[in-house]
Amino acid sequence: MAFKRNIDRLPIPPRDAKVHNVTCHFCIVGCGYKAYSWPVGGQGGTAPNQNAFGVNLAQQQPADSPAWYSPSMYNIVKQNGRDVNIVIKPDHECSVNSGLGSIRGARMAETSYSATTGTLSARLTDPQVWRYGGMVPSSWDDAIGLVAEVTRRVVAEQGEDGLIVSAFDHGGAGGGYENTWATGKLYFESMKVKNIRIHNRPAYNSEVHGSRDMGVGELNNCYEDAQLADTLFVVGANSLETQTNYFLNHWVPNLRGNTLDLKRREMPNEPHAAARIVVVDPRRTVTVAACEAEAGRENVLHLAINSGTDLALFNALLTEIAAKGWLDRAFIAASTSGFDAAVTANRTTLEQAAQITGLTVAQIRQAAEWIAQPKAGGARRRTMFAYEKGLIWGNDNYRTNQSLVNIALATGNIGRPGGGCVRLGGHQEGYSRPADGHVGRPAAYVDQLLIGNRGGVHHVWACDHFKTTLNASEFKRAYKRRTDLVKAAMDSVPAGDRAAQIDAIMGAIRQGGLFSVDVDIVPTQIGACAHVVLPAATSGEMNLTSMNGERRMRLVERYMDPPGQALPDCMIVAKLAQGLERAWRSAGNAAVADKFKGYDWRSEEDAFEDGYRKHERGGEHVTYARLRAMGTNGFQEPATGVQNDRIVGTKRLFADGRFNKPDGKAVFASTQWRGLQAEGKQAEKEKFRFLINNGRANHVWQSAYLDQHDEFLRDRFPLPFIEINPADMAELGLAQGDLVEVYNDNGATQAMAWPTPSAKRRETFMLFAFPTGVQGNVTSKGVNEFIIPNYKQTWANLRKIADAPEGVRHLSFKRQDYRPVT
Amino acid sequence: MTACNRLAEGGRRFFLSRGAVAAAGAAVAATAVPLADAQAEPAPARLTYATTRLANISELKVNEPLSITYPDADSPGVIIKLGTRVVGGAGPDGDIVAYSTMCPHKGFPLVYRADDRTLNCPGHYSRFDAEKSGLQIWGQSTANLAQFRLAVGANGDITATGVDELIYGRISNVLA
Repeated sequence: MAFKRNIDRLPIPPRDAKVHNVTCHFCIVGCGYKAYSWPVGGQGGTAPNQNAFGVNLAQQQPADSPAWYSPSMYNIVKQNGRDVNIVIKPDHECSVNSGLGSIRGARMAETSYSATTGTLSARLTDPQVWRYGGMVPSSWDDAIGLVAEVTRRVVAEQGEDGLIVSAFDHGGAGGGYENTWATGKLYFESMKVKNIRIHNRPAYNSEVHGSRDMGVGELNNCYEDAQLADTLFVVGANSLETQTNYFLNHWVPNLRGNTLDLKRREMPNEPHAAARIVVVDPRRTVTVAACEAEAGRENVLHLAINSGTDLALFNALLTEIAAKGWLDRAFIAASTSGFDAAVTANRTTLEQAAQITGLTVAQIRQAAEWIAQPKAGGARRRTMFAYEKGLIWGNDNYRTNQSLVNIALATGNIGRPGGGCVRLGGHQEGYSRPADGHVGRPAAYVDQLLIGNRGGVHHVWACDHFKTTLNASEFKRAYKRRTDLVKAAMDSVPAGDRAAQIDAIMGAIRQGGLFSVDVDIVPTQIGACAHVVLPAATSGEMNLTSMNGERRMRLVERYMDPPGQALPDCMIVAKLAQGLERAWRSAGNAAVADKFKGYDWRSEEDAFEDGYRKHERGGEHVTYARLRAMGTNGFQEPATGVQNDRIVGTKRLFADGRFNKPDGKAVFASTQWRGLQAEGKQAEKEKFRFLINNGRANHVWQSAYLDQHDEFLRDRFPLPFIEINPADMAELGLAQGDLVEVYNDNGATQAMAWPTPSAKRRETFMLFAFPTGVQGNVTSKGVNEFIIPNYKQTWANLRKIADAPEGVRHLSFKRQDYRPVT
Repeated sequence: MTACNRLAEGGRRFFLSRGAVAAAGAAVAATAVPLADAQAEPAPARLTYATTRLANISELKVNEPLSITYPDADSPGVIIKLGTRVVGGAGPDGDIVAYSTMCPHKGFPLVYRADDRTLNCPGHYSRFDAEKSGLQIWGQSTANLAQFRLAVGANGDITATGVDELIYGRISNVLA
């Protein structure tokens, strides 16, 4: 049987329920929600004057009702120490999602900590310290004291390079402006740490250096542009699953032709039609199927390229568009430099590109027409370019990114309605930190330092490399070996003898050991190696600001208490900084101790005032009070002023034709094709039989850090899936649900087989970053010149491990894509 | 017109009205519902569902869905004789199942695909497996599909006796 909750009625929020603004803390889209809360023991009624929605709830509600909430949107949580009912439901007034909730965000209530209903009972509630052979609850003072003194001793012996840091840099849960500022202030201002990496990659770098170096910030349009475009050109993104409500609420209406009135109003002097879409993806995704269902197959061009050959395609498109003269010459002259040189350097014929990409010449020519052939009457075609991990974590990231921006610039599609050249994003954004220039470029390959016995102490902020790094098999072996050395040393002296503990730890570090400090909201796999675990609060348990993929900034109001002693990350930073100040002062080094002043924040709002308000462009206009008043719509960054106490934002970047270069001109880039760029990839491709393409699934948010504790999700995916062509399955002797080992020279992992007729032969797709089968185990350490990982181009062999286990036999392995019934 | 086509047609009509929203009630001062009288009978732990005759087994043809409503006329559903025994299936062959056809995501009407025995939502593309007790194959619902519990009498009458998930658009499966 499928998992069923057997819930057949729900409590009703009363008329006087408290209402808090919520932005979903999962993906970059940042859907608006409202949290309704009221004390346990009270309830509203079905009559319109008895409930928070003013609706007769004794009746069946119609489709898309603002007055309905599912069991996953309900829970009992604590608010100021008292139990309250809570309903967290999508907000129909938010322009981002217009009331839509995804399978991920609409479970925010169910995936909240509740001591009463038992949901997320796995949440960390207390600081923990390794004692007596296990992790034991402790106090903040005890745990912070240990971390501070070990950190100080390591820095004293090895310098600041001995402190290795892994830290989030994004928005939403495990991030936000308050928390990125705090961690940044600690590591980049009080210290100058350079051995630091980000949650999903082994160095401290931008995933889109390529675009930025051309002067083009990567989140430069607004979601409305997807409603205005003539053509959507989408690269390496499966937006129905990974930016769900952006796709459903903004792309689909345009594909259906429902935005024609808006187009005529916004852009009155040109012809308009429903959008066409080009999807560049080796795999036929549910996104492609949905586009065909909505726009008709004749308006969807799926370019199923050979994996990793995007760059050759883009160079050919630029060549073709330039040859046809479908250029925005006025824009090129006024706002760019280097066009002619780039066209010459990147010249690629349609035939050459067809040979490399596996496409036909006709397909590439058609893509060029859809991007740039002028509309009737000569009007410029408006094309929105969007990309995500297929490009970012794909072959030759930097050049490929630039080759796509080249096309957008050549056709005048940045800063204009219906345009943009944007990453689609994973998490929301929320970066506010002191200058990071000392980190250098290329930045240190931190995983290789950790594997190579470098450093003595590792601070981990909401990262789980055991699930989300490349070369994970080797990384885990090395990390466990190094941290076990320290555990053994700690076990060798009484836990209560702090001086002896510190000496033992330092002795182990000198022998190649590593002291690991893990700050997170739930137990993680890397956290199992930690010596100190610190419990953090998440979005909604603290006030938190972030921006979404159109730079829309909102404040999530605190609507519930954090579990136990958990604190916002910024307040943990404050404790740690103050601990380091004390440690250095006790050691007699007042000069260093003084660097850790300035953390006397009483709340996350103080961290916001210290960071975003003082340091970000337009930050002086932004306050919690103003954000609270602007609800789930907020404003689009950067803020430019305040009118009638409402923050005035910026709809599109670069609308004035001036880019992020000293002369204001975006720079075209030379981006020659050079095959599989990362070291060892070509040899791996030749040696192993199957492409192990990989990415996200609709049901699962990120590394399933919350989902793994949710019964609905755990029932659906006890194991990661791997999509395999049925003929390949037959050759391997596999039936649906069978356990498969994926193995190559980098390591091995497991998944359950999902027969997928649309999968190309020898091209599989595995769920990424899943706790019960880590795809990164088989991804090599090869990176680009700026240490960007290359997850997508992974090759391995497959073999059957076992028949489908009991936990998957009740599951469905039917095809996932929607097809209209005719 | 086959039952399948009727469902599809109903789906299109319903879908076209997707913009409709419930009319807001008059703004009246908040009033709490009074607590139950301490002397009153304790309420049963679970809702009491109507036992409703949906069809007779003789009316069902393999893999041809029949439109029904349950637990009341405002809750459309479908009853299907799958032709192969499934977990949770009713009847002598263990192959009869019944489901709500309001998508548990946003309430759009689900359409049955006979070729792979699934219920499909034209609104946001969710798919539910009629052979796997309504498991969501893919989609945006945070629940699997509500299935109606069935009993089959000696005369072949099929009755529904309950529901295993909250039906879309209701705060109680049994409306007041």
